[in-house]
Amino acid sequence: MAAKTKHELIERSVFLMIVLTLLTISVGGLVEIVPLFFQKSTTSAIDQKGNQLDVKPYEPLRLVGRDIYIREGCYNCHSQMVRPFRAETERYGHYSVAGESIYDHPFQWGSKRTGPDLARVGGRYSDEWQRAHLRNPRDVVPESNMPAYPWLDRPAKVDDIEAKMHALNKVGLHKYSEEEIAGARAAVEGKTELDAVVAYLQGLGLALKNVR
Amino acid sequence: MTIRRLRRAGKDKKGKQMADFVSSFWNVYVMGLVALSLLFCVFILASNMTKREEGPVQLHGHVWDETIAEYNNPLPKWWLYLAWATVIFSIGYLVVFPGFGNRQGIFQWSAIGQYESEVAKADERYAPIFNKYLEQDLLTVAADPEANAMGQRMFLTYCAQCHGSAAQGAKGFPNLTDDEWLHGGEPDVVKTTILGGRMGVMPPFGPALGAEGVKDVANYVRSLSGLANDSLRAQRGQELFAQNCVACHGAEGKGNQALGAPDLTNKSWLYGSSEATIIETVTNGRVNQMPAFKEFLGEAKVHLLAAYVLSLNKK
Repeated sequence: MAAKTKHELIERSVFLMIVLTLLTISVGGLVEIVPLFFQKSTTSAIDQKGNQLDVKPYEPLRLVGRDIYIREGCYNCHSQMVRPFRAETERYGHYSVAGESIYDHPFQWGSKRTGPDLARVGGRYSDEWQRAHLRNPRDVVPESNMPAYPWLDRPAKVDDIEAKMHALNKVGLHKYSEEEIAGARAAVEGKTELDAVVAYLQGLGLALKNVR
Repeated sequence: MTIRRLRRAGKDKKGKQMADFVSSFWNVYVMGLVALSLLFCVFILASNMTKREEGPVQLHGHVWDETIAEYNNPLPKWWLYLAWATVIFSIGYLVVFPGFGNRQGIFQWSAIGQYESEVAKADERYAPIFNKYLEQDLLTVAADPEANAMGQRMFLTYCAQCHGSAAQGAKGFPNLTDDEWLHGGEPDVVKTTILGGRMGVMPPFGPALGAEGVKDVANYVRSLSGLANDSLRAQRGQELFAQNCVACHGAEGKGNQALGAPDLTNKSWLYGSSEATIIETVTNGRVNQMPAFKEFLGEAKVHLLAAYVLSLNKK
């Protein structure tokens, strides 16, 4: 047979084929995703104008609440990202900026908007409302089609809180001190899952709460 | 300022905010990869601009199952030209829109810029309407059907979650249509409530009164509004009430709007009038809060909301 064409060379060498395929399909990610890890606005607590935001790693109780939020699949109906549209900022408040989510591992931005966006729900309702609403949404909002979560009235799990915080120190920008980690159990002990979820929700979006 | 100092402050030569890469390498990196991808597309397309040659049909040279071979025809023209069009489009896109490294594009477009112009346009249109009502007295606004339609739409967005879509309230969240007020129903007070929020706190009396004492007080409280009660218990409860409850609820149980203490003699119940609920309230106390809306909504919108709430209570 005559000298191999380039076409044949690629098609007949599985290894070369794999390398070139990977190269081709990774271009989009390399251009659009990788640089995000090297931007100030995505890796530090600043807003779109570069102003410092008051964003802190989750305290232990809120961390537990966040995991319950994920466990119960709240993200299946609730996003946590106010988009820069007037229709949304009128309803929820200032649009979300990346710097607010630097301690969110994994982030809860979501895109399924069956329920209202929760990015700025902190302080919007009283603790008492959140409790009544989580136990049975229809008690406060008769028209609601959100499921009830009555089982949250049970003690929150505390025995893995230190491990969780150590893990976050490894994967994220978190820097929980040994003292904070040592005191975590005491902060969650005796609290219910409902307490934890309410604490988590009441802390959401406060960094840009009263900014128009 | 020297260019270097501007750079350090995240600004470019003209003092404008630069895209926020941690180092200028990433600018070059993005531009390089984008340019390379485009050149690659051009190369692939250019090398496929073959024309059909005279003579027998060209074959690809692969043979499957002993006899199956593949034509090596040129790519269809329409497909090829569409592909070229996408390349040209993408170059045009990168010229006018952001995407090529830090370049902003000649349209100077940004998502935030688009948002801000949307808001500015809406403000220009709606601000005069809001301001017109803001200058009017609350009761005048409350009598204006157009203002109430605006107020209702905002009520449904911001208030209905707690107070209900018909302002009928829910357990722990006041009914706004019954003309009974915890903090006062005067126009200015209603507006103050929405602007600044309210805290409703009743301390727990379980430890001080004991289970029997609480039950006695609950029966007395029910007697105040003419609900069925155990008169013996109510009598004992009256004494306990005088010692423990009058500071907020008043000697006659009429409440105190300055403190947000409910009137216990009317038919309006925030948490419920059953004996069990009253016992729960007295034993554990109650804490609830109306959030402040001044910062979030601004005074003009609150003005319309207050007027809407007042309009629900027309006698």
